Amino acid sequence: MKEIVCISGKGGTGKSSVVAALSWIAKDNLVVADCDVDAADLHLIFSPLPRKSEDFFSGVKAVIDPAMCAACGLCADKCRFDAITKSDAGYRVLPLDCEGCAYCYHLCPVEAIRLEEQNVGQCFLSDTRYGCSLVHARLDIGADNSGKLVAKVKHEAQALAKTEAKDFILVDGSPGIGCPVISSLSGADAVLMVTEPSLSAHSDLARLWELIQKFRIPAACIINKADINPRITAGIKTWLMHEGIRHLADLDYDQDFQKAITAGKNVVEENNAKWQPVFAEIWNAIKEIR
Amino acid sequence: MRIAIASGKGGTGKTTLAVNLALKLAESSTTLLMDLDVEEPNGGIFIEGQCIVTIDARRMVPFWQQNACNLCGKCPSLCRYNAIIKLGDYIMVMPELCHSCHACSELCPVNALPMQALPLGTLKHQSLGKLDFVESRLNIGLEQASPLISQALSYADKHFAGHDYQILDSPPGTSCAMISATKTADYAILITEPTPFGLYDLSLAVETMRHLGKPFGVVVNRWGIGNSEVLDYLKRESIPLLAKIPHAREIAIAYSQGEILYQAFPAVDEALNQIIKHIEAAL
Amino acid sequence: MKIVFTASGEGWDARIDPRFGRTDYILVYDEEKNELSSTDNREIKNVEHGAGPKTAQLIFELNPDVLITGNGPGGNAAAILSKMKLKIYVGAGGMNIREAYQAYQNNQLKEGV
Repeated sequence: MKEIVCISGKGGTGKSSVVAALSWIAKDNLVVADCDVDAADLHLIFSPLPRKSEDFFSGVKAVIDPAMCAACGLCADKCRFDAITKSDAGYRVLPLDCEGCAYCYHLCPVEAIRLEEQNVGQCFLSDTRYGCSLVHARLDIGADNSGKLVAKVKHEAQALAKTEAKDFILVDGSPGIGCPVISSLSGADAVLMVTEPSLSAHSDLARLWELIQKFRIPAACIINKADINPRITAGIKTWLMHEGIRHLADLDYDQDFQKAITAGKNVVEENNAKWQPVFAEIWNAIKEIR
Repeated sequence: MRIAIASGKGGTGKTTLAVNLALKLAESSTTLLMDLDVEEPNGGIFIEGQCIVTIDARRMVPFWQQNACNLCGKCPSLCRYNAIIKLGDYIMVMPELCHSCHACSELCPVNALPMQALPLGTLKHQSLGKLDFVESRLNIGLEQASPLISQALSYADKHFAGHDYQILDSPPGTSCAMISATKTADYAILITEPTPFGLYDLSLAVETMRHLGKPFGVVVNRWGIGNSEVLDYLKRESIPLLAKIPHAREIAIAYSQGEILYQAFPAVDEALNQIIKHIEAAL
Repeated sequence: MKIVFTASGEGWDARIDPRFGRTDYILVYDEEKNELSSTDNREIKNVEHGAGPKTAQLIFELNPDVLITGNGPGGNAAAILSKMKLKIYVGAGGMNIREAYQAYQNNQLKEGV
């Protein structure tokens, strides 16, 4: 079983469109995992029907028991996040501001504070009209993506791929360079980078490449909207060659992408004659990367 | 009056609106424009004012004092973020994981973890006529935006409380950075584009504003692309539509060249007038 | 020598877990005693951020001479492991423990970090 992780450094480069198009090509031999949970939009192109959902727990929040609170105010005094305020029965925690650091919990002289595990979202296993399963998650307001959630989504996808006897897992990876992206990349057999010809996209990608190199994962790259700045596109291609990253394709800016998204489809569905050969070739190339 | 400009997704025109609205308001009123998109602040592309001050923002992180430490191991058990590890007789602090809660430092029985200031980012304050512009920028490689956003807002509370308007250009999305940026606002303007992605992300931003109990209205940008589902949505949800900004190639080009839009395009100017009228009526 | 492996199961036929921080198990092979034992690391799935450092601390407590894994540790974990007298070998992803050990003995794995 081969795990391919699609990343872009920063959002907005068309990564989701590429993942959806490749999923359409590979349809019956893969499981798709949406680990870009903060900007989870694959479901708009996959129209998933959840067949299983699981609550996701992450972090804690402090809760003050009004019956036990001695109103000494020590917790409010020490809280660095201004999350504790006076109330009728002494003091109470403002849930939206509480960071779950537990300082107040350790501090309280009468042990009036408890820590409550937070249900911050759900993880779904869904059927899609593509013919492949989609594993995705939804986070509640104020909850952030984490290495833990990414690991959970990938874990479910791997288990599914085993039971459904699929050869590939395609992961829509997290942006940034922190825990979620480390978790996205960790265990990957190949990385597909999707970038665009802008200076900021290129510098974000270079930073991410440092991490990918440390993990020694073979990588390939697609340059999206390549024709909007040929000079930078050429610069990126030179860099790719220098770094030993296989350049798979240049995709010119095309209205089909926007049209497809508006219709809730992927671009191969939208204009099969034009895009099927393009993405079929890309998929064949990715499968071979080692 | 503190107004936050937010969106459920990046790339919908949040900064464009914040900059143009602030500049228009500054024609007659004292206005602060604060760029809180700390990972990628780009409001400064459009504004060239006189630099007043640049502040180095810091964050507090524990620093291990080996000679004071008795290796009791209390600190790793206290830290909820796995930012402190005990390796035999060595205590290692990982600053990127630290949330600056001070628990380990203040609960250490022998005071072996004093807090130390590390670079967090910068606050750059410029002035241009009646406009004060503060750009907050997080240092590269740092993940947590909220601490810098909080410091920027404290700076605004301290120095610009008397201004007629404070316009906050928030980070995109609906995570805790966006909440930090919008929770002290009097009113929020949510900007979206009329596409399915735009509508979905708008619905998340709407949910967030309702959760915060914030009065808000919606501006639809690039009207003309996609479809009109967003208007049906706003009607169903009884959400005020503040203005529609039309999609036009000329506007996109002018924007990409860093130009101020409302001065060149009457449609944009008209949209701003409508927005200002709504806000003043709402408050 | 004491050798540890990141593994997704227990025993010589278990697969190498290519991840470091979130590995399911740490298997320990004591060459002198010819004993293979295991430590269950699966609680790590409850850790939101900083899984690497937490697992690195576990490795520290086991005090091995060699670590054999797939991709290798991320930045923070690597910093912790560098404080130990430990040789790290990567590239064992896809193998089982027996194969990984043989690959290590035949110098077929790459030295990591």
